[in-house]
Amino acid sequence: MDGMSALFIFMLAAFTGYEVIARVPVILHTPLMSGSNFIHGVVLIGGMIVLGQTPPDDAASLAIGFIAVLLGAANAAGGYVVTERMLAMFKSNKGAGESGR
Amino acid sequence: MSTFIQFVYFLVTVAFIVGLKAMSSPATARRGVQWAGYAMLAAVLVTFYLPGLHNYGLMITAIVIGAAIAWYLGKTVKMTDMPQMVAIYNGMGGGAAAAIAAVEFMRADAVHHSSVGLLAALGAIIGAVAFSGSCVAFAKLQGVLKKTYRVPQQNNVAFFLALFTFGIGLTIGFSSHPGGFELTVFFLLALALGVLLTLPIGGADMPVVISLLNAFTGLAVGFEGYVLANPLLIVAGTVVGASGTLLTLLMAKAMNRSIRTVIFAPITGEAQEAEGEVTGSLKEYSPDDAAATLRYAQKVIIVPGYGMAVAGAQHKVWEMAQLLEEAGVEVKFAIHPVAGRMPGHMNVLLAEAGVPYDKIFDLEEINAEFAQTDVALVIGANDVVNPAARTNKASPIYGMPILNVDQAREVLVIKRGKGTGYSGIENELFYRDNCHMVYGSAQEVVARIIQRLKELEA
Repeated sequence: MDGMSALFIFMLAAFTGYEVIARVPVILHTPLMSGSNFIHGVVLIGGMIVLGQTPPDDAASLAIGFIAVLLGAANAAGGYVVTERMLAMFKSNKGAGESGR
Repeated sequence: MSTFIQFVYFLVTVAFIVGLKAMSSPATARRGVQWAGYAMLAAVLVTFYLPGLHNYGLMITAIVIGAAIAWYLGKTVKMTDMPQMVAIYNGMGGGAAAAIAAVEFMRADAVHHSSVGLLAALGAIIGAVAFSGSCVAFAKLQGVLKKTYRVPQQNNVAFFLALFTFGIGLTIGFSSHPGGFELTVFFLLALALGVLLTLPIGGADMPVVISLLNAFTGLAVGFEGYVLANPLLIVAGTVVGASGTLLTLLMAKAMNRSIRTVIFAPITGEAQEAEGEVTGSLKEYSPDDAAATLRYAQKVIIVPGYGMAVAGAQHKVWEMAQLLEEAGVEVKFAIHPVAGRMPGHMNVLLAEAGVPYDKIFDLEEINAEFAQTDVALVIGANDVVNPAARTNKASPIYGMPILNVDQAREVLVIKRGKGTGYSGIENELFYRDNCHMVYGSAQEVVARIIQRLKELEA
């Protein structure tokens, strides 16, 4: 990918991130932080790509690539469970007919 | 095949953004994270079919081990320990980004454009800082690390360490085959930088720090996405980097502190010397006294803080509130934006206990009501109700908006002991004439109040 179009992508993504959460109520701050923590768990994909591209005889790179996938998988899985657990509590509340704020 | 995979990545990117948007409204939040979850699963599955990859055995082993441990811990951890779990999972993401950069540096066949070398180095530093910084944040929240540490000339040392590390990073990024020693020094320095930046930061600023480190990891992931020429990583990482930065700013604003003062002039008890003498004395109530005071009030506002979270007392607190309502007392909950260890921490706990949204109020909504309130019941909160923030210019929390509990006719404070709060600042509120202290764990005190309330009804 050429540097200039990457720069455009960075810029658009930054504005998107800003706009998407601009009007989040305080009550959802923690779940949202946790949710965005889950989304950067996509780093797992990057870890899989570098580990997959490493020649099978390069032990040092294999070890570090392995760590990258391990940590990325933990970030994604842990981030999801924690977020889901937090949000599940809000749902039980909604069942009682309370309106969200 | 490759086009199909890129198209799936595209759909995943859309799902992440839509999911994040859905997560910012209570009605759709749960659906949002589930969409993002399915998208993540799809992304992982199609990645296995990328052409030219090897080492599938190692890959699957790493995924299974990492995901299983994290899944198990995330499922079993207590609700009150959630903040440190977010911190540690975030650190792992940062560590993964740094490790990706390390492998890219070591690739013999890598053709480094200048921009790739630069962003790989930046992503590596930011990722490593997020990793070690999150580990420190985890240790502090978990109570393993209780004190704050500052090295002499803290800010200058940090500045030059950052500059020096970045310099090494650039030489590594631009050289075609960096040595193992150079790489080791680079990553050790970057890790040290993360520790150095977070060690001096006190508990009161922890929410802001976790949010900032979360944004850091997002940014690092975005940069490594550029190195790998993967738009999915670029967009997801940058979106998190930007939204995390905004969230950090919102939090810092609520505390009336800039990011700069959080990082470079952290709240510590040391500033205490400058403060005036606290006058008055601490007056103690038994839980029975507190029960009677609450029972015969017209209107009670409950202000929960970290003490309630530690004691896991949210269910008892709601039971007590319901008993009071049955007795005809009007009960509301007031939540300071930075009460607890993360913004919204108290909302999550009260929601867990089943407190309806319409009884929970933000600072701006409820602050005017304290003057018409009979009893303000503070449960394990300290700095967020400290009047010094309004009046004492020498106080390190001067200027932070607080809940005006001191304007209530009477203030009851449930507190574990006579010590200062997490940030180490004395609270003159406790010495006021209209304030009474109830000492003990929130769990036990509230249980005793509940028992007494039942006796009063009988």
